[in-house]
Amino acid sequence: MADKERGAAVDIRAVTKTYGTFTALDDVSLRIEPGQFMTFLGPSGSGKTTTLNVIAGFTDLTAGEIQIGERSVGNLPAHKRNVGVVFQHYALFPHMTVAANVAYPLKLRRVPQAERNRRVAETLEMVRLTDFAHRHPAELSGGQQQRVALARAMVFDPPLLLMDEPLGALDKKLREWLQLEIKRIHRELGTTFVYVTHDQEEALALSDRIAVFNKGRIEQVGSGRDLYDRPETLFVGRFIGESTVLRGPHELRGGETALRIGEDWVSHPGQPVGSGRQALLVRPEKISLLRPGAVTEDGLNTLPGLISEAIYLGSGVKYEVTLTDGSRAVARVPLTDEPFALGESVIVVWQKQDARLLPDDGSSEAAQSGEEQ
Amino acid sequence: MRDLISIRRNPVLLTVPAVLLLLVALGYPLAQVVLRSFTDPQPGLDNYIWFFSRPVNLTVFWRTFEVSAWVTLLCLILGYPYAWMMTAVGPRMRMLMILCVLVPFWVSGVVRTLAWVILLQDSGVINRVIMALGFEKLRLIRTQTGVIIGMTQVLLPFMIMPLYAVMRGIDLRLVQAAQSLGARPALSFLQIYLPLSLPGILGGAVIVFILGLGFYITPALLGGPRATMLSTLAQQQVLQQLNWGRGGAMGVILLVSTLLLLAVAARFTRRRYQIAGGSK
Repeated sequence: MADKERGAAVDIRAVTKTYGTFTALDDVSLRIEPGQFMTFLGPSGSGKTTTLNVIAGFTDLTAGEIQIGERSVGNLPAHKRNVGVVFQHYALFPHMTVAANVAYPLKLRRVPQAERNRRVAETLEMVRLTDFAHRHPAELSGGQQQRVALARAMVFDPPLLLMDEPLGALDKKLREWLQLEIKRIHRELGTTFVYVTHDQEEALALSDRIAVFNKGRIEQVGSGRDLYDRPETLFVGRFIGESTVLRGPHELRGGETALRIGEDWVSHPGQPVGSGRQALLVRPEKISLLRPGAVTEDGLNTLPGLISEAIYLGSGVKYEVTLTDGSRAVARVPLTDEPFALGESVIVVWQKQDARLLPDDGSSEAAQSGEEQ
Repeated sequence: MRDLISIRRNPVLLTVPAVLLLLVALGYPLAQVVLRSFTDPQPGLDNYIWFFSRPVNLTVFWRTFEVSAWVTLLCLILGYPYAWMMTAVGPRMRMLMILCVLVPFWVSGVVRTLAWVILLQDSGVINRVIMALGFEKLRLIRTQTGVIIGMTQVLLPFMIMPLYAVMRGIDLRLVQAAQSLGARPALSFLQIYLPLSLPGILGGAVIVFILGLGFYITPALLGGPRATMLSTLAQQQVLQQLNWGRGGAMGVILLVSTLLLLAVAARFTRRRYQIAGGSK
């Protein structure tokens, strides 16, 4: 039953949603291709769930337009949109068995009994819950309940499946396993998936494309790789993966932009972006650590600092280095014979072109952990 | 001092005063009522035979159930949207709505019933409005309708509170989920919300119906002879005819039918809805 024709495209055009004076969505536009796995990523209150609710028809628009497939759905009530929704807290009907929950959308569509039974069985098999058909939701674990919710949302073959932090209430192990299940189901169905999460690792693991939300706007849309390697805003850079962010007064020096960090200068090939303050973003695997006195070549940036934290990762070690201006650098380095000790002086080194120069949008440390400041 | 220590060891002792009070103030008179219904004026089933052989008694008995059923239905129709509204509004409005339910509780039932007498009487406000609109005057006071109106107002809080308690726990995302699966709003209410609120409906209905069966003041003041209910009849037997046995028999009959009803309702509620509310 897998064919890529099944998914519908979603077109969000200039959608705005305000509650009184609060703007939940500010002129959001986005196109989701048929069959794509699109993730809305952002901190809580960033507008990602509002966008999902607007697509599902639970929230009406203040302005803008939404199209699912060929249909404009702006004024269509939720029950006419034919969109599957999986909720964070499962939202299974407690007074119905698992089978009855999954059969519910088919019943509403007046699918004949025999056909209904066949499809319920088929879908339960897909989420591997065949043996639980006659239980009530309260008798299932969280992970099982979420798989029932998934089965119920896809049993009627909607061209679009929306998921609102579906794994948010589950523990890490189960979450990772269910991520794989969701990926497999997406591949088998060919339906367009829209997935909301505040967990960047989950977004990277699942998605074809990720839309990063912040304060009611989309900051950037791209593949996980795009967002990690080429963030267009400091917020995106900080939200996806780990990073070192350096801030300081800047000046132009012969085609390079130089930033003063404490007493030292670092430089980046290229012009400043925009006219305001600049920030330099470096990924932890691009940074290496040297002991003071080691010889460095041209084309490298170096900053002195002290090791303030060392975390053993198995495959390597993550060091946090406090720089002379008080900011923290993060470096992930392979295991070496002579690990650095806490408090040891080191030199932080990276290739000039390996960093990313971005306008400083003032996004704070908290953005990285997915919490609103 | 030693008593205090034994209470700390065994908190069940704290219930002793209440149990004693119940035994003395409820258990003893109840036992007397049951006993007298079989022994006064002479041992045997005479009082029960008398009750079931007089058509007027049976009429009153039936009327008592009929009035209670109407009151229960009206309370449900009035109380259900009100209780639902209480779950939908903000905390301030909710406080106000709870107050509107509770304030009548703080006014004595006699006063409230007398207020209804004033409203419902032949030259009362309601009839004057009806006549001003050019309609025929209605007989409201000293009719079954009057009793039902008065009792509904007095008993409404007993319907609203259990309904609200259950509705508060219903996850509204379930209704949203049903709609996303293709259910029209009316269907999502009938198939999801209504079944989940059933424990509240049953709870409220049982309380209102049973309180209604034993209602005394309101039927006595608003009903008059053509709308007598069982409690009034029993009171007449005891206080006017000084016939404790017959009054006792009526009490026992009311009590037994109430218990039977409770047993049926308990079976109903216990069956499936241990998980009222939603999966959270």
